[in-house]
Amino acid sequence: MDCTFFTRKEILRLHGRYHELAPHLVPMDYTNDPDCKVPLALIVNMPELKENPFRNRIVESFSEDGMGNLSFNEFVDMFSVLSETAPRELKAIYAFKIYDYNVDNYLCKEDLEKTLNKLTKEELTPEEVVLVCEKAIEEADLDGDNKLSYADFENMITRAPDFLSTFHIRI
Amino acid sequence: RPNRRQAAGRGGARARGRGKKPASDDDDEEEEDEDDAPKRRRGANNKKPTKKRGGGDDDDDSEDEAPKKKRGGAANKKRGGKGKAQDSDEEDSDAGKGKRGKKGGGKKGGKEEEDSKGKKGDAKGKDKGKDKGKDKDNDKDKKKKKKKDDSSSDSNTNSDEEEESLSEGEMAALMEEVEEKKKLIATIRNKPWRMKRRLFHLKEAQQFVDKFEGALGKGKGRKWYAYKVMMTKVLMGLPYGSIPRKTVPRAEQDTAQDYSVSKIRSCVLVLIYQVIPCFKYISSKYIYKYKESGYCKYSVLFYGYYNNQRTIGLLQFRLPLSYLMVGIGSFGYSLMVVIRTMAKNADVGGGDGEEGEFTFAWKMFTSWDYLIGNAETADNKYASITTSFKESIVDEQENQKDENIHLRRFLRVLANVLITCSLGGSGYLIYFVVKRSQEFANRDDLSWYEKNELELIMSLLGLVCPPLFETFAELEDYHPRIALKWQLGRIFALFLGNLYTFLFALFDEVNTKLEEEQSIKNASIWAMKEYYANFTVMINDTLVTPPPMPPADVIRGPCWETAVGIEFVKLTVSDIQVTYLTILIGDFARAVIVRFLNYCWCWDLEAGFPSYGEFDISGNVLGLVFNQGMIWMGAFYAPGLVGINLLRLLSSMYYQCWAVMATNVPHERVFKASKSNNFYMGLLLLILFLSLLPVVYTIMTLPPSFDCGPFSGKVKMFDVIMETIDLDLPAFLGTLFSYAANPGLIIPAVLLMVLAIYYLNSVSEAYKNSNTELKKKMQMARDEEKNRRNNTDSTNQVMKDLEDLLPNRSLAPPAPPEPVKKPEPEAKPTKTKPGSAGKGVNLQKDVALASPNPNARGPVRQPPGPRGPGPGPGAGPGRGRGRGPPPR
Repeated sequence: MDCTFFTRKEILRLHGRYHELAPHLVPMDYTNDPDCKVPLALIVNMPELKENPFRNRIVESFSEDGMGNLSFNEFVDMFSVLSETAPRELKAIYAFKIYDYNVDNYLCKEDLEKTLNKLTKEELTPEEVVLVCEKAIEEADLDGDNKLSYADFENMITRAPDFLSTFHIRI
Repeated sequence: RPNRRQAAGRGGARARGRGKKPASDDDDEEEEDEDDAPKRRRGANNKKPTKKRGGGDDDDDSEDEAPKKKRGGAANKKRGGKGKAQDSDEEDSDAGKGKRGKKGGGKKGGKEEEDSKGKKGDAKGKDKGKDKGKDKDNDKDKKKKKKKDDSSSDSNTNSDEEEESLSEGEMAALMEEVEEKKKLIATIRNKPWRMKRRLFHLKEAQQFVDKFEGALGKGKGRKWYAYKVMMTKVLMGLPYGSIPRKTVPRAEQDTAQDYSVSKIRSCVLVLIYQVIPCFKYISSKYIYKYKESGYCKYSVLFYGYYNNQRTIGLLQFRLPLSYLMVGIGSFGYSLMVVIRTMAKNADVGGGDGEEGEFTFAWKMFTSWDYLIGNAETADNKYASITTSFKESIVDEQENQKDENIHLRRFLRVLANVLITCSLGGSGYLIYFVVKRSQEFANRDDLSWYEKNELELIMSLLGLVCPPLFETFAELEDYHPRIALKWQLGRIFALFLGNLYTFLFALFDEVNTKLEEEQSIKNASIWAMKEYYANFTVMINDTLVTPPPMPPADVIRGPCWETAVGIEFVKLTVSDIQVTYLTILIGDFARAVIVRFLNYCWCWDLEAGFPSYGEFDISGNVLGLVFNQGMIWMGAFYAPGLVGINLLRLLSSMYYQCWAVMATNVPHERVFKASKSNNFYMGLLLLILFLSLLPVVYTIMTLPPSFDCGPFSGKVKMFDVIMETIDLDLPAFLGTLFSYAANPGLIIPAVLLMVLAIYYLNSVSEAYKNSNTELKKKMQMARDEEKNRRNNTDSTNQVMKDLEDLLPNRSLAPPAPPEPVKKPEPEAKPTKTKPGSAGKGVNLQKDVALASPNPNARGPVRQPPGPRGPGPGPGAGPGRGRGRGPPPR
């Protein structure tokens, strides 16, 4: 409980959800500390995540292996970070990871383009996409290396008025 | 098993916190689940890493660990003598066992793996290992368990001795460490670590705290202290979940605060006013006499219900005083809440000044609402995001060029003129209607329309004007956000104007009523005198029996307070009706027609002209604000209004929720209410102030009706306070108050406050300046730092954490048999010596039987890995010290 922003009851409920995802994989009791993981495909089908354009990235960023297989610990971790009570800094870190598609700890142009295309369902023309990405980088990039480091990202995101209200999932 | 655990718990409250803590404290679910065996094992296991680290594992650089290390070292030193011999023995024998095989292999093969996997993985592995060797070890297991208990108590006594011998300095150091650990526990959820690592650190810290916290008490009080600490932990665990969930839809979140205000107020009011009726009776003759004016008029809803008895019942409940106090106190409380919320918002949105700096970046990273779980909503969101991107692109391109500015100016002026006209028109209309209603009041043959004309007109104006304004606003061609604010401001002005015209008209009425009342009062006084005169004349007795009813009841005056209250309640009720009907007809009927006629219509109704109604967020929020204003204004004269509004808000929340879900489409342009958070709060504050004015004015200047309400018989309402001061408080307080009320004191006080405000204002200005300076400096510093450490490894903890969080591909299920992991610096602390705990315990049996051994539960051994065999932990840095903490 001290590791997350959940109460005991909420964690138990989360476990129920986790169990529901893959009843055949996940045992109901963790007495023997089984080593089980639920694959990405099952997790992204949760109603909370189903419509999220970044669902795969969310799950991947929270999985230790980067492939989206979540153990229960990681599962709880995910919803804990996305919960309402998690602090801005923590959320910012994971948001950064989520938007970092090629996992190089920088948000480069390709990452932004992917993000944008996910956001708009590729409705924008390629020129517009490029324009927007350039603009975004130009706005937030402080050190002029044409990609966003975490510091840049944090600086930008902590001032965003909507970040806290949008970056959370109620479960 | 439970027995065993209990014993262990009892034995080692401090020494082996692990066993006890999870049982008492609400720990991680994880732990709850794994419960018995693994927990114990892990408990034993947990000790391992510490000791080992103490024994010379210096490459761990995280600061949290530092104190631990020292401790561990000290412990080891102590244990060293006893445990060392045993260690080597065990090592050898263990190596031979199949149990070990898996573990050892893993260990040797890749130490790094152990690192990253951490303690947990280790425990897991151990369990498996144990299972394997179970057939072999079954009998041993039992013995081991028995032994464990022994050892736990042993170590307990040992530690007791040691603690007593702790010197002051060490105590202080210990205290510090405990504090540090506690801090870690408190903040661990904020650390961007993998769960495993967090769990590990948490357990370690908890163990540490558990172990030493109790030891910090003094002498005999120690146990009590430990108990106290435990209890506080248990108690602290409880209220954690009591944070209320937001159930209010997002659009209404802004006003949720305000909603809760009304709720709280109503609670207070209901509490107070519901107590009263127990002691009251309603004289039935009033009801019969005035039946034609409606029963409600004399119900608990209105001012007139309450009488002017100074105290009621056994408890001496002072009704008039509390009436006034609640009325004024609720204003004060609401003001405080609104202003505090605004201040908090201003605090949170500190960086809002640089709007427009990160338009695109913000749009990209924060526009998706992660709460969306509905396919249709998601589609809408996609569309709105796309349009918003396109808009900003267009904006960006348009920034450079400007067009016919004169035409635009002309159009804007025109729009404003039109809007002012319609505002004035609506104001006049209301004034006219109120006047007319006063005429109607003298007639009896009124139709339903004539009775409710005023309310109907006001609601209709509220219905018609906003769309009109919206049409005018299109002439202006502002940026949507600015346009929204203008629109809101105008609607607000409309509402306010209407409300105030209504109020002024009401004041007219009140004044006529006051005159009327004056005459009635005179008449009643005359009647009184007459009565007494007659009485004395007829009976000719000195003993005057009082008249059959109090003089105030002889002739009933109009009671203007109740009249005002009735007007407000009528307004509220008609407002409710109009809102509900609008939703039913404007939204629901429209949606039904559009939906079903669409099959047989010549054009596409859904996409074309009528389409579905849009959910008007701003209008609804404004409606709520306005409603709140009415509550504030009317609550003094109609306390029941609060209850009515509470019901109304509750029902309309669910009703509108249904309507929105079923019949509305989201706004084409999505506006974040949160963006203009303080805008709404500002509106609320304004309306609070404006609704406060008339009420306070009436309280302060108008004489209360002489025959109804709690203040009847007084010259002014606030005389109640004077009366209370005079009658119920000691005399010197009365004089004190009279001094305090002296203008000579009040004027300087006001002056002082004004000056204080001025001073604070200038101070905040200065802070703002220095803030921007600092921001600039920070920016520069950051740039500089970046340039400097261009290619060197980041020293930043956050960066390290980020790296640590990089997915570890090799952990994926189809992992190669010998996974090679990249070294992860942070994972070090999670390193464990595999196999040591479980096996160690097994072997200990012999040794422990021979002599009580503090190590029993966690012998320190050298890993079979690269370290090479050796005295291991005993060689730790703590060895030179004379005294150490109790072994774990």
